Amino acid sequence: MENSEQERNFDAKLERNETIEPKDWMPDNYRKHLIRQISQHAHSEIVGMLPEGNWITRAPSLRRKMVLLAKVQDEGGHGLYLYSAAETLGITREELVSQLLTGKAKYSSIFNYPTLTWADIGAIGWLVDGAAIMNQVMLQRTSYGPYARAMVRICKEESFHQRQGYEIMMVLAKGSPEQKAMAQDAINRWWWPSLMMFGPTDEKSPNSANAIKWKIKRESNDQLRQKFVNQTVPQAEIIGLTVPDKDLVWNESKKGYDFGTPDWEEFYNVIAGNGPCNKDRLAARTKAHAEGAWVREAAQAFADKRKELEVI
Amino acid sequence: MNQNEAHFNYILRLADTNLVLGHRLSEWSGHGPYLEEDIAMTNIALDMIGQANSLLQHAAKLEGKGRTEDDLAYMRNEREFYNTLLSEQKNIDFAFTIVRQFLSDAFDFHLYKKLESSKDETLAALAVKGGKEVTYHLRHTAAWMERLGDGTEESHARLQKAWNELWAYTADLFAMNTSDRELVKAGIAVDNETIKSAWLKTVEEVMKKAHLTMPANTWQHSGSREGKHTEHLGFLLAEMQYLHRTYPQAQW
Amino acid sequence: MTKDSQGFLWEVFIQSKPGQPHRHCGSVHAHDKEMALQNARDVYTRRNEGTNIWVVRSEYIVSSSPEDIGPFFEPANDKIYRHPTFYSVPEGVTHM
Repeated sequence: MENSEQERNFDAKLERNETIEPKDWMPDNYRKHLIRQISQHAHSEIVGMLPEGNWITRAPSLRRKMVLLAKVQDEGGHGLYLYSAAETLGITREELVSQLLTGKAKYSSIFNYPTLTWADIGAIGWLVDGAAIMNQVMLQRTSYGPYARAMVRICKEESFHQRQGYEIMMVLAKGSPEQKAMAQDAINRWWWPSLMMFGPTDEKSPNSANAIKWKIKRESNDQLRQKFVNQTVPQAEIIGLTVPDKDLVWNESKKGYDFGTPDWEEFYNVIAGNGPCNKDRLAARTKAHAEGAWVREAAQAFADKRKELEVI
Repeated sequence: MNQNEAHFNYILRLADTNLVLGHRLSEWSGHGPYLEEDIAMTNIALDMIGQANSLLQHAAKLEGKGRTEDDLAYMRNEREFYNTLLSEQKNIDFAFTIVRQFLSDAFDFHLYKKLESSKDETLAALAVKGGKEVTYHLRHTAAWMERLGDGTEESHARLQKAWNELWAYTADLFAMNTSDRELVKAGIAVDNETIKSAWLKTVEEVMKKAHLTMPANTWQHSGSREGKHTEHLGFLLAEMQYLHRTYPQAQW
Repeated sequence: MTKDSQGFLWEVFIQSKPGQPHRHCGSVHAHDKEMALQNARDVYTRRNEGTNIWVVRSEYIVSSSPEDIGPFFEPANDKIYRHPTFYSVPEGVTHM
């Protein structure tokens, strides 16, 4: 019955809103849940570099090019912070990478949609990062210390991401008719996938209950989705873009918008691998990993030689 | 070419090399051999594109025709670009990327040191800033030269192959035209001959650590100082410029 | 194919201003010392965050355990005489 005392300590810590640290005792399921969630989050950052990275070499001005390059680089950094947080739970970087490449681990389905025009870079920054930030702000108070600390750093760095995206959309929306059409087309395509980023509805979200109990998550999928809609609709109006939802209407009694239902069938299909870019994204990661293998081997061999000389 | 045109053209040479090399490095974003190096290469790319941006602003001002840095980056054609042949060579693999960057960094390192005392004060200030950046780039690429050269058999073979192929573009780094020589006399430009031995010393030190040998074929390509490039540049510019040129009046 | 190697895990400590202590800010992977130092620079000082960096292999860090909390830290609780507020000085005495 030793476990039950440890469990009581663990629960008491959560109750007092203290963070759980790597060496603390934690229930196996808590550890598993965290590894799954943190690695999924990390993989999303890494795969998320690809759709935006598509446009680095084609960015329409030098300023936009530098901003996008810096932003995509930040996503890489965020992936790195999160991989490190996952590693404190007893899984290695090698294992994490291999889980992504073998399809064992998932990443956010949003990145399986294509970036067809430059306006998509604006839409991703504004909507996708906007949705991600809702989640991330909450996760700064998550119960696992290394995860919370990574999120604090990430949120600090993310603050320019959404603004740069919105700025791109704003400039397009007040540009030529073609540019405005490009911006509207982008919001048309990215709006619903962005709403899906919060995950299934609360009653269909299998892992949510535990996540809330363990204070890993502190707000439910539906609560966050509602917040996002409330926040984003006025932003679209200000720059003269239309949110593609015929059911969208302000509800005075709940001080929020009522809105339509995302196409959940599409959502589950994209998760199952049938999104427009699932194969391309994984192929790109697999290629980078395979083509980098000899570089990593060389670095290891070099270090081993130096170790023999005891100069490492 | 009068002196102002020559001056404009000289700045373009520096700007274009930074821009094109930065472009090549940016192609790695999201595809690096491992995460930390992906981030590191982007840092170098950002330094170089930033430097290009400042140099193009300076060039646009010197020209005085109301063009902007973006006009110069996005609206010039293949024959109006003066970047080095080395900078436009394709990534091929990580060894090619590192060799290309190392040779270029070593050149810029010594060039910027001299440019710090240029009579063009804007250029001198950019050389001070760029000099700090390139000192780090050189440290980074030199370390990788050593790791790859003294890593595995495969990494050494790849590095030597890249070295053999890219060495043929190194004389072109030093190319100067007649108006550059006028600018040297005016104290604006650097006589590239004067940095050759220092550059070679840096290169040979690293070659030794990386166990590299000079290629048997000593042929050197040239032409970039007159805007004569390899075929790679045209494709690079097509990709870089397409969107800007599709909507020439647009703001972004 | 040989086993994939992403390098060792290193902990990164950054000094944000001259005179300030180094603070832990995260981790990087690297195969050797120079690479660890450069990776730390490239990952953690992109926004003007640093004037100096320490890196150390994670496995070389020795740390206390959660079970140590009692025996390690609680004995300090009652040593109030280590703090200046434990002592009384007459009113009007300054610079002490």
